[in-house]
Amino acid sequence: MSLMTAHEALDQAVAEEMQRDARVLMFGEGVATKRKHLLDAFGPQRVRNTPLAEGIIAGTAAGAAATGLRPVVDLLFAPFLCFAMDEIVNSAGKLRYMSGGQFSFPMVVVTMTGGGWTVGAQHNHNLEAWFVHSPGLKVVMPSTPEDFKGLMKAAIRDENPVLFFMDMALAFVPGEVPEGEVFVPLGQAAIRREGTEVTLISYAKTVHTCLAAAETLAEQGISAEVIDLRTLKPLDEATILASVRKTGRAVVVHEASRLCGVGAEVTALLSEQAFDALKAPVVRLTGPDAPAPSSYPLEQAFTPQAEAIVQAAAQLVARSPEVAPIW
Amino acid sequence: MHPSRPAPTRLDLLGAMLRIRAYEEKIVAFHERGPFPHVCTSVGQEATAVGVVSALHPDDQILTNHRSAGHLLARGADPGRLLAEVMGRSTGYCKGRSGTLHISAKELGVILTSTIVGGELSLAPGVALSRSLLGGEGIVVCFFGDGAACEGIFHESLNLASVWNLPVLYVCENNQWQAFVHRKETMVGDHIAPWAASYGMDSLTVDGNDAEAVLEAATRAAAQVRATRRPFLLEAWTYRQRGHMEPHDQSYVDPAEIQAWLAKDPIARLEDRLLASGELTRESLEALRAEARAAMEAAADFATASPYPDPSELTAGVYA
Ligand SMILES: Cc1ncc(C[n+]2csc(CCOP(=O)(O)OP(=O)(O)O)c2C)c(N)n1
Repeated sequence: MSLMTAHEALDQAVAEEMQRDARVLMFGEGVATKRKHLLDAFGPQRVRNTPLAEGIIAGTAAGAAATGLRPVVDLLFAPFLCFAMDEIVNSAGKLRYMSGGQFSFPMVVVTMTGGGWTVGAQHNHNLEAWFVHSPGLKVVMPSTPEDFKGLMKAAIRDENPVLFFMDMALAFVPGEVPEGEVFVPLGQAAIRREGTEVTLISYAKTVHTCLAAAETLAEQGISAEVIDLRTLKPLDEATILASVRKTGRAVVVHEASRLCGVGAEVTALLSEQAFDALKAPVVRLTGPDAPAPSSYPLEQAFTPQAEAIVQAAAQLVARSPEVAPIW
Repeated sequence: MHPSRPAPTRLDLLGAMLRIRAYEEKIVAFHERGPFPHVCTSVGQEATAVGVVSALHPDDQILTNHRSAGHLLARGADPGRLLAEVMGRSTGYCKGRSGTLHISAKELGVILTSTIVGGELSLAPGVALSRSLLGGEGIVVCFFGDGAACEGIFHESLNLASVWNLPVLYVCENNQWQAFVHRKETMVGDHIAPWAASYGMDSLTVDGNDAEAVLEAATRAAAQVRATRRPFLLEAWTYRQRGHMEPHDQSYVDPAEIQAWLAKDPIARLEDRLLASGELTRESLEALRAEARAAMEAAADFATASPYPDPSELTAGVYA
């Protein structure tokens, strides 16, 4: 085991993959400057700075991916994805299908999002659901340094375009990463804590909020299971369904706004496929339909907090009939 | 050494243009009978397609836009599979997934037809980056219109290709129109080529209605890209003789403008030259035309007889 931040874990994953496969390369605004050890190790052909032009960065990645390279591009902050939407959504996401399978787009787009750095709405926007909604793309949003490493390696080896969201609050928080090969397959959720009465479903930083809430709930005598989705597309429906069939209750937590967010999908999944198991309605705790504020207290108010999760889970457990009616 | 083809003769150029024209005429005929998918034809621009593509080597790669039939046919595409794709048949180049607007043909080095105006410009540096890093001497040709040149991505693409020394031959088909808007309304000056200078890139404007002139210019430009591994911008000055898309409508165009350009039709010009030089006779020309038409009849028969994809395959191939 060694202790490292998500930022370092991601770097290590890219370095190991570049070592393993000469087709892997990385470029973006300041990539060669900020990741100088990658530049030193792999040279300026494979580690490149780019102009401040997200459209051409993403498009170049798509063109390179279609013709034999495996690019990882850093687009910095998620709102800048708006400049790269055409290349990511219309080209990388669609051209495999439209070409009748003639081309694949093995590329990774790294981008930062989420509250924690008080950077405000033009640097912080939780856009992951946009990409989940786009055919041909995969989307990951890890919560631990180990997963940052393992999911990045899986993303680089995947034959499809992967959006890799880094929750900024997690970037420099250290965590244990095992030595040797760390690989987390795309599409597998993790059960972070086992429990029997309510399932807390989340991803990225709010997984840790859910874990804190589960501690408090345990003190109150309520057993909560915590699921970290890790990959939002493909979504690990089996793990979600198995957990909620066991507990009968679910609270879905994320910082992105509610309408058409990932939580809406999880909630719909539960109503379609686990309705009989539900002892209470599914609850969503999300960010509001507002641009991300900058001021620290507003940023905190924007992000689901542990007390709200505790309260929601406790209410769900209290309202539900534990014993079947006797008539 | 990379493989190269013998330089095409003037008769080859004419034959290739006649095939493209016959293909587009077949599309028009289908429209007149209707219903048929909307198609953007390249009638009037055959000299650019044939001139540029004839200057390429088999291992060069092509990205193009919604008016791609000429480029594909000049590259040797099978007109039957092309028409089948337009008609959404499973025998098409993309198994009927593309339709007319996004045809790729990997076997011909045609990476992409983009119907997002500018999409081809955004992918071109990446394809060229692959050429640079994975070896091989091929170059990448990116066809786009004057409309695309007015987009930001054009400038991003040229800038990056120049800064990174990428072997891209940018070919702007300046056909005077940007869908329903004349280029005079949307850009400063008449020409795109001079814009390349800002990116430290050489450029050339050529009479896009003269197949021989285009071949000569494209051969020079491609040779420079091959030798320097640096981008080059070639602008072909040409005209879209039909409406933006089928069914044909040019009611918004000044009839004098149309007449002036019809007088410069690229096929008629080469025919006249070949007739004057004795390389063609009226009879041999008619035979060539008949041959092109017969090939397109056969293509149409093939496409029409081809099956549609099975609806059970609707979601197949979204992911690798
Ligand atoms: C991004 C985008 N905007 C608008 C359109 C609609 N559109 C299709 S073709 C076209 C005109 C393009 O003009 P130009 O690039 O000069 O090519 P041409 O059609 O003249 O060959 C337009 C506006 C589109 N397909 N994509």
